Amino acid sequence: MQRFSIVSLARNALTGHKDWPRYWRSPKPKAAYDAVIVGGGGHGLATAYYLAKEHGVRNVAVLEKGWLGGGNTGRNTTIVRSNYLWDESAHLYEHSLKLFEGLSQDLNYNVMPSQRGVLNLAHNLGDVREGIRRVNANRLNGVDAEWLTPAQVKAFCPIVSISPSMRYPVMGATLQRRAGVARHDAVAWGFARAADALGVDIIQNCEVMGFDIRQGRVHGLRTTQGEIATTKVGIVAAGHNSVLCDMAGVRLPIQSHPLQALVSEPIKPIHPCVVMSNAVHVYVSQSDKGELVMGAGIDSFNSYAQRGSFPVIEHQMAAVLELFPIFSRLRMMRTWGGIVDVCPDASPIIGRLPVEGLYLNGGWGTGGFKATPGSGHVFAHTIAQEAPHPLAAPFAFERFTSGALIDEHGAAAVAH
Amino acid sequence: MLLIPCPWCGERDETEFRYGGQAHVARPLDPNATGDAAWAEYLFMRDNPKGWFRERWNHAAGCRRWFNMVRHTITHEIASVYKPGDPKPELPE
Ligand SMILES: Cc1cc2nc3c(=O)[nH]c(=O)nc-3n(C[C@H](O)[C@H](O)[C@H](O)COP(=O)(O)OP(=O)(O)OC[C@H]3O[C@@H](n4cnc5c(N)ncnc54)[C@H](O)[C@@H]3O)c2cc1C
Ligand SMILES: [Zn+2]
Repeated sequence: MQRFSIVSLARNALTGHKDWPRYWRSPKPKAAYDAVIVGGGGHGLATAYYLAKEHGVRNVAVLEKGWLGGGNTGRNTTIVRSNYLWDESAHLYEHSLKLFEGLSQDLNYNVMPSQRGVLNLAHNLGDVREGIRRVNANRLNGVDAEWLTPAQVKAFCPIVSISPSMRYPVMGATLQRRAGVARHDAVAWGFARAADALGVDIIQNCEVMGFDIRQGRVHGLRTTQGEIATTKVGIVAAGHNSVLCDMAGVRLPIQSHPLQALVSEPIKPIHPCVVMSNAVHVYVSQSDKGELVMGAGIDSFNSYAQRGSFPVIEHQMAAVLELFPIFSRLRMMRTWGGIVDVCPDASPIIGRLPVEGLYLNGGWGTGGFKATPGSGHVFAHTIAQEAPHPLAAPFAFERFTSGALIDEHGAAAVAH
Repeated sequence: MLLIPCPWCGERDETEFRYGGQAHVARPLDPNATGDAAWAEYLFMRDNPKGWFRERWNHAAGCRRWFNMVRHTITHEIASVYKPGDPKPELPE
């Protein structure tokens, strides 16, 4: 890996930037690996990176059926925050936010983190009480959080309407100043480049079609590029986790839904932060290119179509105009969908499955981008040590039998 | 947008309906004799096929009745709808 530095930038400028090496090799799969990660999204790549970096497990392959980051990693609205209500979630997401804060240095790759602050608006008394409770819970967990009055909301984000004549007037907001956005593609590419440099084989256009399971233990996988032997498999396939686990005979508490997002035409910088609203249901930020990036909730029905229904888009545009009347003449440029894997308690599953050697990191649903480094970090530990990382332990698959759910539905101020 | 044929009202827009998830998930007959694993199966574990799926819908803004539907989760094609208690149709090829 050629490191990025002022010297290497200057040297490559002299040759017209034509001599930069490829970020990662494209090797043929080997016959066997110590561990195989299924899914080349951010979470899978981060897992491979930390396996190699922190646990010395370098004989690792990441198998991706399409291209790197072509799943939800490249389709999300890039909001990064850690202000979750419950202790287990706050610790896990805060672990991830801390890793995000040093990620560009660690990977020697600019993931363009922007800690511009995330507002979660409150529009009724229930929202206000929930917000203040969450601020207090966050602070007890060492997560930065503030409660803002409507006037303070207006000062922080001048384009938000706080008019009392709104259908759902703004009655206050929670603010996490350390929250914000990061560049989604860069997170995938940065992890891939750094993992490759540590010896990880990243294999694209390689779809996993089945597992070799004997006596309750995994011995390998069947792929479109042949059979691969391994005794440790980490499934990190987002919307397709159920499909993969089905191949291993494991049923999950997960349902796959479309989640849509859209961007406007680019405009000059006008929106200084990220605004999320549970009650009118939309979240909005502005990208570095100037587009407004917007999203809302899932389509209700199960789907693998990577597209959703128009009424969902219509609904979230109505919400945008309620909060930001100033955007009423903007045109929308693109909409798209990703397939998100939703758990009944809106929390991820990180840990072993009932087949020995088979591990799952999934169920991140609508809100896993923010968790990318933390998720990979605790999952790598779980696979390498064959024991859950302390932060991952509460998120084990077994919680659906024990009943110890981590119910972030509604508790965590819009799931994203 | 889905155009859903309610078995009682005929074709209506998706926005009139609520989704009910997988159909034919039966509550354990004897709760007291049901262990944790079986409860977890009933409460949380679900099929999530990439293909044909039997699912429940409620015509919330219409007749307000529940029914079942066979839909493809990639193409969104609707193969059939049937009333509660009707025999389970075979899945199309
Ligand atoms: C529209 C939208 C907006 C979102 N907004 C936010 C947000 O603002 N903040 C936030 O924190 N989160 C957000 N999310 C959620 C976030 O995108 C995901 O939780 C996260 O990116 C998941 O990362 P991943 O690496 O697990 O999955 P992915 O990036 O989807 O990677 C999984 C990979 O597995 C591959 N795969 C599947 N099957 C196979 C197979 N059989 N063999 C080999 N490979 C396979 C897929 O091709 C895919 O590349 C959003 C999601 C969407 C769709
Ligand atoms: Zn009806």
